[in-house]
Amino acid sequence: MAVDMLSYIDRPSPIHRLTGATKLICFILWSSAAMLTYDTGILVFMLAASIVFFQMSNVRFRDISFVVIVLAIFLVINNIAIYVFAPHQGVAIYGAKHELFHIAGWYNVTLEQLFYQLNITLKYVTVMPAALLFIVTTNPSEFASSLSRIGVSYRISYAVAIALRYIPDIQRDFRTIAISQQARGIDLSKNEKLGKRIKNALSIVMPLIFSSLERIETISNAMELRGFGKHKKRTWYTAKDFQKADYAALLFVGVVLVVSLVITFVRGTRFYNPF
Amino acid sequence: MKKPMIQFEHFGFKYRSQSEPTLKDINLTIYEGEKVLIAGPSGSGKSTLAHCINGLVPASYKGSMEGSLHIGGKDAEKENIFSLSQLVGTVLQDPDGQFIGLTVGEDIAFTLENDLVTREEMKGRVEEAARLTEVDRKLASSVHELSGGQKQRAAIAGVLVNDVDILLFDEPLASLDPATGKEVIDLIDRLQKETKKTVVMVEHRLEDVLFRHVDRIIVVNDGTIAADMTPDELLASNVLEAAYLREPLYVKAMKYAGIPVEAGDQIANLQHLTLNDEAKEKIKQWMEASEQSVEQKQAQDLLEVRELSFDYPTRPNTLKNISFTVKKGEMISIAGANGAGKTTLSKVLCAFEKPTKGTILLNGDDITGDTIKQRSERIGVVMQNPNQMISKQMIFDEVALGLVLRGVQEDEIKERVERVLKVCGLYPFRNWPISALSFGQKKRVTIASILVLEPEIIILDEPTAGQDFRHYTEMMTFLEQLNKQGVTILMITHDMHLMLEYTTRTIVISDGEKIADDTPAKVLTDQWLVQKASLKETSLYELALKADWPNPNELVDRFIEVDRKERMTWL
Amino acid sequence: MSGKHLSTKTVVAIGIGAAVFVILGRFVSIPTGIPNTQIETSYAFLALMAVLFGPVAGALIGFIGHLIKDATTFGPWWSWIIVSGIVGLLIGFISNRLKVEEGDFGWKKIAFFNAVQAGAQALGWFVIAPVLDIVIYAEPANKVFVQGIVAGVSNIITVGVLGTIIIAAYAKTRSKSGSLSKETS
Ligand SMILES: Nc1ncnc2c1ncn2[C@@H]1O[C@H](COP(=O)(O)OP(=O)(O)OP(=O)(O)O)[C@@H](O)[C@H]1O
Ligand SMILES: Nc1ncnc2c1ncn2[C@@H]1O[C@H](COP(=O)(O)OP(=O)(O)OP(=O)(O)O)[C@@H](O)[C@H]1O
Ligand SMILES: [Mg+2]
Ligand SMILES: [Mg+2]
Repeated sequence: MAVDMLSYIDRPSPIHRLTGATKLICFILWSSAAMLTYDTGILVFMLAASIVFFQMSNVRFRDISFVVIVLAIFLVINNIAIYVFAPHQGVAIYGAKHELFHIAGWYNVTLEQLFYQLNITLKYVTVMPAALLFIVTTNPSEFASSLSRIGVSYRISYAVAIALRYIPDIQRDFRTIAISQQARGIDLSKNEKLGKRIKNALSIVMPLIFSSLERIETISNAMELRGFGKHKKRTWYTAKDFQKADYAALLFVGVVLVVSLVITFVRGTRFYNPF
Repeated sequence: MKKPMIQFEHFGFKYRSQSEPTLKDINLTIYEGEKVLIAGPSGSGKSTLAHCINGLVPASYKGSMEGSLHIGGKDAEKENIFSLSQLVGTVLQDPDGQFIGLTVGEDIAFTLENDLVTREEMKGRVEEAARLTEVDRKLASSVHELSGGQKQRAAIAGVLVNDVDILLFDEPLASLDPATGKEVIDLIDRLQKETKKTVVMVEHRLEDVLFRHVDRIIVVNDGTIAADMTPDELLASNVLEAAYLREPLYVKAMKYAGIPVEAGDQIANLQHLTLNDEAKEKIKQWMEASEQSVEQKQAQDLLEVRELSFDYPTRPNTLKNISFTVKKGEMISIAGANGAGKTTLSKVLCAFEKPTKGTILLNGDDITGDTIKQRSERIGVVMQNPNQMISKQMIFDEVALGLVLRGVQEDEIKERVERVLKVCGLYPFRNWPISALSFGQKKRVTIASILVLEPEIIILDEPTAGQDFRHYTEMMTFLEQLNKQGVTILMITHDMHLMLEYTTRTIVISDGEKIADDTPAKVLTDQWLVQKASLKETSLYELALKADWPNPNELVDRFIEVDRKERMTWL
Repeated sequence: MSGKHLSTKTVVAIGIGAAVFVILGRFVSIPTGIPNTQIETSYAFLALMAVLFGPVAGALIGFIGHLIKDATTFGPWWSWIIVSGIVGLLIGFISNRLKVEEGDFGWKKIAFFNAVQAGAQALGWFVIAPVLDIVIYAEPANKVFVQGIVAGVSNIITVGVLGTIIIAAYAKTRSKSGSLSKETS
């Protein structure tokens, strides 16, 4: 049951010192770039850059190794699925066919298909370090103020802050409820019949939902009493001012995005075609 | 002429969903700079009254109002919750619910952020407020690293940071250990003296509040004001008994001993109390009338815990080398400061957590390696928050759940559940939805749902927290009956009265270690222990000193003897 | 839910709702026995919150909750995150029609709720999610449509069964408190 969750790691580094707003914008631009392009060169460059930033952040590999494992499993399954469903996708995209060998029926292995699947894997892999880095180096307290700074309404920014603030509490509640139901004889293992498993899950979900609804009541009362929503704006205790490094980071990521767009545009297609 | 700050005139309030008004014809004036305590049984309308003052009625709780209410001279009906929050700062009962920020600093700053105060100014004001409540060194700590008392202090700082005129506390002591509760009362007292603010406090732990001066006590009963007088007057009267509120123990003892208690006497504050020779003589006579109590019969060992240790992944040494034995049929209390590890101990005993080291024996069998399910058949736990245990809508189904899951025959289930519901006084409600029950009744449903599984030992985590004296007595009498039928009971509690009156032995936990295992009377008269484990000396001890009685333990024992008999008569 | 501003209660509901969505998504998915298909209890909860707090809350709980859940596991999969938001939004639109706070969730309302949730999810999982997958990731069409259909069918059934049970249970607790008269002890 004790599944790890990625969370903020407080270990000062140049990346940690950037404001949350900078990191958020960088993250959005970076993943947009990675999502838009299929250019192998750009993807490789971005991946290499991500690894460098990762080194700079003082985050250790073992802090996040469990995530890498989950991602690896996901990528393997996804690649298999793509191949099973569309073994000729690569040929269709690149308009060439270099067959390496034939398996059976319509399943063969082409260079194009391998290259296509390499690119799609690269795409996922390139987005991941940025997402990881963002989560692990952004203090959740500062995150809400960053959202609000980039133009999100402060109410929604605060809703995000509440979500981050209460996830550990709700996780603890969940564990307590699950354990106390087990003590009364509910079997959460997988060898029950489906109908029974659903019933058992409900016996945990129900108390969790009802106690959370009660929580909403208490918290919103406490916030109203302390003046939340009084004005059109609000200030943030944890906000940080922009430094030179912030502008530098934004500039760098902006350039990467623009270059990838330009390349795509000039070439007229998202795909780099070596064939 | 003092300026009235809060003024209720023929005020009434009815919640929209209720058929009867909750507050009826309230006439009450609280003046600037006063410190007022509002007491009353559970459900009498204390919180509703407080919500009228801070504007949650009608902003969050809808209903119909009658009469008038003025706060700081303004008509409350015409104000909104924001303008009232400039006047009234509220500290709610539940420190977790109102701690909204992720860190202490953020939480204190919350009001200022909403008021558009600049960051530079905010930093200074937050620090100042934190200094007043002594949490200035914790500004960067996250809520998960704070003790109950520290959370409460942060909450108070969050209110002080905004310069309000009225401070309103709704049960500030709930869930705090006795020593921390005392500190909070002290803090509130100091702040009031320094800032001359008007303080309104809702609390039913009267004795704990009266340890510092209070100007007036207002007793609310059934939606009306049953009394509005000074503490001395109130203690001399019989209002408290009539409203099922608990008198301070020393006052009760004096009344038992036949010492006349007059309104003019300084009795509300134990430190100022003096006993004359006549009173001392009365106590002496009362003590001599004691009958020798019957010796506890020797029973066999039931539960044996040997060198138990436990670490949370994020917090090593939460329990260190704890050993003790429990005999069959005992009723034992477990006490200690907030965060000492009491709940953790109960979790390990119920196999909710696996001990890092040590063994647990039940009737001589090693049960350390049992699964949760196996353990639950022998040791049952009733958790502090009933909402975390209840998963059905109807009372019968909820109590039957454990039996159904164990595949017991239907007619046997019916028989066993009905028997337990009778024992728990829930039989008449068996077909009710649980949502229609009060907190105390819900708690009894959870006890019933454990009891029906017929465990040999029941562990209760703070069974009486937040309940008034009447429900407390009901619940404890019920547990005592169970105990007489042979169920062994372990209770985790912050209530010193409960320890003294109902349990024969107290295990004291401090910082994950067992530091004492003795009769409650001995524990609570040992100054070193009391201080180390954040307990509170019983006021009977002080009374014994004032009466020049050589052995305070004897007075405590005598009191319990008399009080037991007394309670038997009025139940 | 009126006017331009979200009420404080809605703000809190979004925050706590997203947090619960994350926890349910992480810990309470029931394997069905069919490979790679799970009963996601989080969507039943999303339906309840959307019905209680309206479209904006529904959309944001789905979006933020799913985003946090993905971001704390293996990085965001945007197409499906967006669909979670859309499903919450669409179900939220019938919040005012259902009015479950008033304690009534009879057969007619149940049928209406299920028609809407099935429609909303069919649109989301059968159409929008696969199309976004193709646009963003250039994934093969037949693969993503099959994935979408499997996930969609399973979520429609989950919300149909668990969601209905949960909303009905909620409505039941409301009806009783609406008729409270003083009871002692
Ligand atoms: N939101 C609500 N809707 C309807 N009725 C309510 C609501 N809140 C409280 N009541 C009812 O009003 C009465 C008084 O409740 P209140 O919370 O003021 O009691 P209290 O004196 O503070 O009790 P306690 O010591 O248990 O906190 C109770 O009978 C309760 O059922
Ligand atoms: N799941 C957990 N993970 C990590 N630390 C925990 C966990 N639960 C409790 N703790 C910590 O362990 C310590 C002991 O907690 P516990 O709940 O046993 O205290 P307690 O004696 O019951 O206190 P209280 O009187 O306030 O209920 C506390 O410092 C608490 O913060
Ligand atoms: Mg109250
Ligand atoms: Mg505890």
